[in-house]
Amino acid sequence: MKVNVLAFGIAKDIFGKPAVAVEVEENTTVATLKSALEAQFPRLKQLSSFMIAVNSEYAQADNVLQARDEIAIIPPVSGG
Amino acid sequence: MIDIKVTEAPLDIPACINWVMSPQSGGIDVFIGTVRDATQGKPVLRLEFEAYVPMAMREMTKLAEQALEKWPLHKVLLHHRTGVLPIGDVPVVIAVSAAHRAAAFDACRFLIDTLKQTVPIWKKEIFEDGEVWVAAHP
Repeated sequence: MKVNVLAFGIAKDIFGKPAVAVEVEENTTVATLKSALEAQFPRLKQLSSFMIAVNSEYAQADNVLQARDEIAIIPPVSGG
Repeated sequence: MIDIKVTEAPLDIPACINWVMSPQSGGIDVFIGTVRDATQGKPVLRLEFEAYVPMAMREMTKLAEQALEKWPLHKVLLHHRTGVLPIGDVPVVIAVSAAHRAAAFDACRFLIDTLKQTVPIWKKEIFEDGEVWVAAHP
C-alpha cells in the first residue's frame, strides 16, 4: 500500500517538498516506516531524533499503519 | 476553561489577559515569548515558525487539560503564532488564572516548558549568512 507522509520543519527541507508517498507492505509498523524513510532520505539519520504522528497523535514504534491514516514526520520540535 | 489558538495573525496580549480574568481569580500569570535579536552571541535577523496545526492544537489542548488536573486553575490560554516574526515580536502567549498565585506560577511554567518539548511547532533562525532549524541536530 502507499502512504502519504506529511513533513514539517527540517523534514520538509530534507524531502524537498511538504509530503512524500512511500510504498510499504500491508500492516507496516511505525518502526518499519521510519527505517524506510531513513533509507530513502539518509539525512534524517543526522537529526537529533524524529517521531511519527498518526492521525495527529504521536505514534509508538509498534503501531500498525492503515492506508487511510494521516501520517506525519515530526522532527525535533522548537516552538515557544 | 481552555482557549487554544495557532494563528498567522499577531497575538493580542491584552485580549489574552482579559480572557483569563475572572471574579474568582486572585492571580493571573502570563508568559510572553518574544523574538530575541541574537542566539549565542550571533545576530538573528528574524524567526520563522511553522506548525502542524491540527496536531499542535490537540497537543496544546492536552497540556491545558493536564494543567487543569494538576492545579486548581480557573482558565488556561495558549496562543502560538506561525509565519515570519521580526525581532521583538511575540510568538507565544500563555496565560492562566487561579485563586492563588502559587498554582498560577507553577502551571504557567509547566505549560511553556512542556509546550517546547511536545507541541509540533518548529522555529527557524535566520542569520545574515544562513538559517538553522532550532534543535534539529545534536
